[in-house]
Amino acid sequence: MGMTMTQKILARHAGREQVRAGELIMADLDLVLGNDITAPVAIREFPNFGKAQVFDKEKVAIVPDHFTPNKDIKAATQCAACRAFARAQGIVNYFEVGHDCGVEHAVLPEKGLVTAGDLVIGADSHTCTYGALGAFSTGIGSTDMACGMATGKTWFKVPSAIRVVLTGSLPRYVSGKDVILHLIGEIGVDGATYQSLEFTGPGVAALTMDDRFTIANMAIEAGAKNGIFPVDEQTLAYLKEHGAKEPVVCAADPDAAYTHTVEIDLSALKLTVAFPHLPENTRTIDEVGEVKIDQVVIGSCTNGRISDLRAAAEILKGRKVAETVRCIVIPATQRIWKQAMKEGLFDIFVDAGCAVSAPTCGPCLGGHMGILAENERAVATTNRNFVGRMGHVKSEVFLASPVVAAASAVAGKLCGPEDVARMPPDAREAGN
Amino acid sequence: MNSKGKAFHYGDNVDTDVIIPARYLTTTDAAELARHCLEDLDDTFATRVKAGDILVAGKNFGCGSSREHAPIAIKGAGVSCVIAESFARIFYRNALNIGLPILECPEAAENIRTGDAVSVDFDTGTILDETTGETFRAEPFPPFMRELIAAGGLAAYVGRG
Repeated sequence: MGMTMTQKILARHAGREQVRAGELIMADLDLVLGNDITAPVAIREFPNFGKAQVFDKEKVAIVPDHFTPNKDIKAATQCAACRAFARAQGIVNYFEVGHDCGVEHAVLPEKGLVTAGDLVIGADSHTCTYGALGAFSTGIGSTDMACGMATGKTWFKVPSAIRVVLTGSLPRYVSGKDVILHLIGEIGVDGATYQSLEFTGPGVAALTMDDRFTIANMAIEAGAKNGIFPVDEQTLAYLKEHGAKEPVVCAADPDAAYTHTVEIDLSALKLTVAFPHLPENTRTIDEVGEVKIDQVVIGSCTNGRISDLRAAAEILKGRKVAETVRCIVIPATQRIWKQAMKEGLFDIFVDAGCAVSAPTCGPCLGGHMGILAENERAVATTNRNFVGRMGHVKSEVFLASPVVAAASAVAGKLCGPEDVARMPPDAREAGN
Repeated sequence: MNSKGKAFHYGDNVDTDVIIPARYLTTTDAAELARHCLEDLDDTFATRVKAGDILVAGKNFGCGSSREHAPIAIKGAGVSCVIAESFARIFYRNALNIGLPILECPEAAENIRTGDAVSVDFDTGTILDETTGETFRAEPFPPFMRELIAAGGLAAYVGRG
């Protein structure tokens, strides 16, 4: 029987011709990742695995991005532990705040640290982002990170897969975020638990790399072990542009087994929002009703890339954020920050009344840089809207794309760009 | 290997953000994390839970963030076992890796109520609700996993070998 794309990558890393769903395998790792929350636990556990040195100082990445720039003394202490370990171990891929750093899942592809066919584990659930590059990548915990750093190997249960067939192309304003929110709404937050989501079909070619990163990033919100895209000319061009090592292109066999197939006609998708408190609580923009908001966050590993900032800027240009709303824009990396500055996007954001932050995960996880008070509501381009995710246990997060977030910031309520287009430009009274 | 205690029953999709909110992730200390365990779901849990008690929940327990602080907080609070209809995969792996026994058993998850006295025999996978007299059966752990849990987790299990 044929193998899925994921199974082929796993087989290759296990030194096997063939693997089957459900089998337990030991596989070699191309990269082991951690951040300032998860790495400290892994660093504490590391000596217990009986190795003085990490297995390969070029195959470990530590990215302090969650509570950075350090939010308080305890966060600073955790970052100091990461820094000391990275220095002592000679870890090449340790990225300090300000030094070409940023949010881990935006930084690693940008630096060409992941290529097609790689096997990556990361002590962060959104490690599945690199499936956009045709790699197998999955989130694990700190103990697995420690074991991976010590041995360069870990065990996996070979996943079965759901095939997601994409056709058509996205209408204006609709993006990768709407695709993945729609999918999670269809299959639920545990719809792909222990499984791969393998995206395929003619619609893939119509998705930009940034769309694919956003879609793969949120595979975990359907419970998936990984989300993965086939490698095409766009992927290869991206890898080349970012100096990634030679790709190993694995494609699913024509007779690969899937537990089931989900078909999505991209042309039929609408702007989609996930209501509190689960990413599966999706509604299309015409169903959202009247939802007044207090804050907008545009950023994160899901939607903090340059195309996201451009999309938000297109809506905000010549307009003002409603007086009742704080709009926080967070470019995901230093390079994205600089690019946005060069393109004049910061002029647009600042003139509109947005606060532009340094790269950080910050408010996405309720860390810092934009925490919600009791009864406050945010529209965020982030990935989770669980109870208390962005602050107070009685606050609410609505997940959406950058255009919806920007439009909502202007209107002071949840809405799409068409609603904003009907408002007079530069209307200070907008949303009031 | 056994566990015994009072049950605390919660619903579906108990995510790792409510198990241990991000505002407490600036430490790796189990006792400190335990003081805030489940705070955003039930802010009385950490003060009511006693050593040996058992968490029972619906489907997709531990979904969301990969933070190992979640099972560390649960174990640190004294919980001896988590029984759920199903677990999110990263949590499943993390819990066993730190030596927190967890069992998938939809029947037990549906029928055990908060306050029931529950005992679990990990060798056989038998779950007994002593309050109602009902018995449920989960897939028992293979011997190596029982040893791993008894050792206190993956690091201790690998390190000693």
